[in-house]
Amino acid sequence: MDLSLFIKELLIARGAIWDGFLMTMAISTLAISLGSVLGLFVGLALVYAWVPVRFLVRIYVDFIRGTPVFVLVLASFYILSGIGIQLNAFQAGVLAITLFCSTHVAEMIRGALGAIHRGQVEAALAIGLTFRQTFVSVLMPQALRQILPTWVNASTEMVKASTLLSVIGVAELLLSTQQIISRNFLSLEFYFLAGFIYFLIDFSIERLGRFCERKLAYN
Amino acid sequence: MDYNFNFDAVWRDFDLLLTGLGLGITLAFISILIGSLIGLFAAFAMLSKNSFIRRIAVTYVTAIRNTPILVLIFFVFFALPQLGVRLGKIDSFIFTLTIYSGAYLTEVFRGGLIALPPGLHDAGLAVGLTEWKTKIYIIIPVMIRNVLPALSNNFISLFKDTSLAAAIAVPELTFYARQINVNTFRVIECWTVASLMYVAACYIIAAGLRHFERKLQIP
Repeated sequence: MDLSLFIKELLIARGAIWDGFLMTMAISTLAISLGSVLGLFVGLALVYAWVPVRFLVRIYVDFIRGTPVFVLVLASFYILSGIGIQLNAFQAGVLAITLFCSTHVAEMIRGALGAIHRGQVEAALAIGLTFRQTFVSVLMPQALRQILPTWVNASTEMVKASTLLSVIGVAELLLSTQQIISRNFLSLEFYFLAGFIYFLIDFSIERLGRFCERKLAYN
Repeated sequence: MDYNFNFDAVWRDFDLLLTGLGLGITLAFISILIGSLIGLFAAFAMLSKNSFIRRIAVTYVTAIRNTPILVLIFFVFFALPQLGVRLGKIDSFIFTLTIYSGAYLTEVFRGGLIALPPGLHDAGLAVGLTEWKTKIYIIIPVMIRNVLPALSNNFISLFKDTSLAAAIAVPELTFYARQINVNTFRVIECWTVASLMYVAACYIIAAGLRHFERKLQIP
């Protein structure tokens, strides 16, 4: 391993790596935020919806969760363009990870709402709160507090899943790295670098999750 | 949206998809088997009194868990040959998934070990078993029984990760689905069938493990 050669190549490639990093962050942020909003509604539907709707939503969640993310990404990329919905690779990929994220968030919400004791709902209704008020001021604060650490950790999964977009041609960090390697053949050094950057992103998110866990723990 | 469904194109190559699924299950089985052994050793190492051993195990688990598996796959397949380790695509994928599953299973086993009452270990020593025999005959069987639910979640998600083998052209289910997609352009049919096969496989694995869980349950 020739360190000075690596540094020279790194200086040449720094723009591409930075662009790839930004693309990875854009994909992850978009997918996590859209997926969490969608997942919140899906989770509520899993708990409170009318039974036939709940059944359909359950099929959606199980179907998405049972399918590998890679298949979701490929399917979203090929199917949408195949049936005439014009999305570019970036949009199709973000859509796939958003759906993936939404089912994870939905399961978290369902779990958290299920863990709250029934007596609390009854008490809230007994003191005259409407269902909406009960939900907003009794259930949601507790549920959110409980899922926050898990949610932060699930974000690392989304960052990792963003690498799959390299296969459909979105120039995020991994694809940029591959392009750099195909020009300078320093596969060991640059794959290691890419892995290290992903490690730093995910490790910081994980630390943030631990921090939230400590801050929010009931004493 | 005028799209005429024609599943013939998929049924014609259905045996390919089945072969692919079979290969995926085989890859997952081998990797998980070896990965579980690594996980057991690493879990004990993480709780070891020797800080050096502990640090090695923690580094392994943290590094692997925070790196996307696709980066690991590419690293093993494309970068390790530079160090003289040249594996075939199937071997290299099994190697990657083994290392990857080892790190995830370490966390599961570590959680199980921490949750055991300390009396178990002392009781083993008190009846005259050696340190090793206590671990093998008492600690590990009880711990595995307790972590089975978490273990089956991990097994299923590791099985789904075999879809990524398609990225280095290992002919498993995703690879064939993509091939059929490109050859026939029956986009919806081929991806629906592929994901249904994954979902079905996940259900079967989950049901099998639940059956196992019930059999092993302490009455």
